[in-house]
Amino acid sequence: MKTEQLVAALVADGGRAGRPIGGTVVRALAAGLAVSLALFAVILGPRVDLMPAFGTWRFDLKLVLVAVAVMAAGVCCVAFARPLSTAHWRLCVALLIVVAAGSLAMELSVLPRADWMTSLVGSNALVCTTAIPLFSLAPLVGLLLALRRTAPASPMLAGAAAGAFAATCAAAIYAFHCFDDSPLFVLVWYPLAMVPAIAVGAVAGRRLLQW
Amino acid sequence: MSFSEDPSALMRAALAGDDEAYRRLLLFVAAWLRRVVGRGLAAAGRPQADGEDIVQETLLAMHLKRETWNPTQPLQPWLRAIARHKLVDHLRRRGFTDHVDIDDHADTLAAPAAAEEGTASDARQMLATLPERQRTIVEAISIEGRSAREVGVALGLSEGAVRVTLHRALKALARVYRGEQS
Repeated sequence: MKTEQLVAALVADGGRAGRPIGGTVVRALAAGLAVSLALFAVILGPRVDLMPAFGTWRFDLKLVLVAVAVMAAGVCCVAFARPLSTAHWRLCVALLIVVAAGSLAMELSVLPRADWMTSLVGSNALVCTTAIPLFSLAPLVGLLLALRRTAPASPMLAGAAAGAFAATCAAAIYAFHCFDDSPLFVLVWYPLAMVPAIAVGAVAGRRLLQW
Repeated sequence: MSFSEDPSALMRAALAGDDEAYRRLLLFVAAWLRRVVGRGLAAAGRPQADGEDIVQETLLAMHLKRETWNPTQPLQPWLRAIARHKLVDHLRRRGFTDHVDIDDHADTLAAPAAAEEGTASDARQMLATLPERQRTIVEAISIEGRSAREVGVALGLSEGAVRVTLHRALKALARVYRGEQS
């Protein structure tokens, strides 16, 4: 086929934009999160002292940390899905690092040194590292399918970012169950629990997001 | 890349449904890609014979992935990123793994003729991998230059059905270019 002939076919298909990719990604993520929320409701449920917990600074700080992580991972996921990513994601990741470092400094300054280890180990590490990968699964599948419409500069990186986005969303759900609110616990176990989704996302992305 | 018209404006017009703007843009881009790809292949020490295939694959990718362009940004960097991706992909498939920068060698190598030098893969051979219905419609529109409406009348299909089949065919064609099964 001559290139001019291909151009005729492309014009006949039309340059008019289809449905925006952002909408597709949001719908796929929402569908995946619905599955994860159902799993959460059936398997874990929110902690019994949820209402009083809102009054404690550690629980609120945990929610802020997780929310910033969701935002940063979401921005990365969208940025890496393009052939050419804008630099906004760097700002978001920097913000996440600042918030994490601030939380850590705050906890270490108020908590007696003797209690550091107890707070870090917590009592829910196993549940945390099981539940977050489990709740990541459905959102990750949704995200990867939606991202097939995109054109990532690096399919592997885009897949990893999708895994991080799914895992941070899963962590946001899990945060309402867990009563280990210390930034020491959150900053150690939550990122560890996100590793499987990120790894699966990277491997799957490399295959699924080729274009 | 130098266009006589602003390519970003042409693309915005195309996304809003202006087919004539889209045709002009694609022809401009094809000519630009020919130079970029020619330089890239020369820099990698590869024969120019595959050049037009890469040009077509890049045009297809640009078309199928046009929603990944952010209309508030200029079009050229996005186009260059797609061209680089396709060129690197092409070279990698042929066992060439070194870094290729399409911006290099801009002045050191003469640009190939802007005119098409023919394609390495025969047209019918490329299209032959498509299912029959898709192939018939693509040939009628691209090679015979007919409109979707005319093709629909000839095949006893609605114009919408022709367009849907055409779109599927283009996606399948993109997979063929990537060396996957259609």
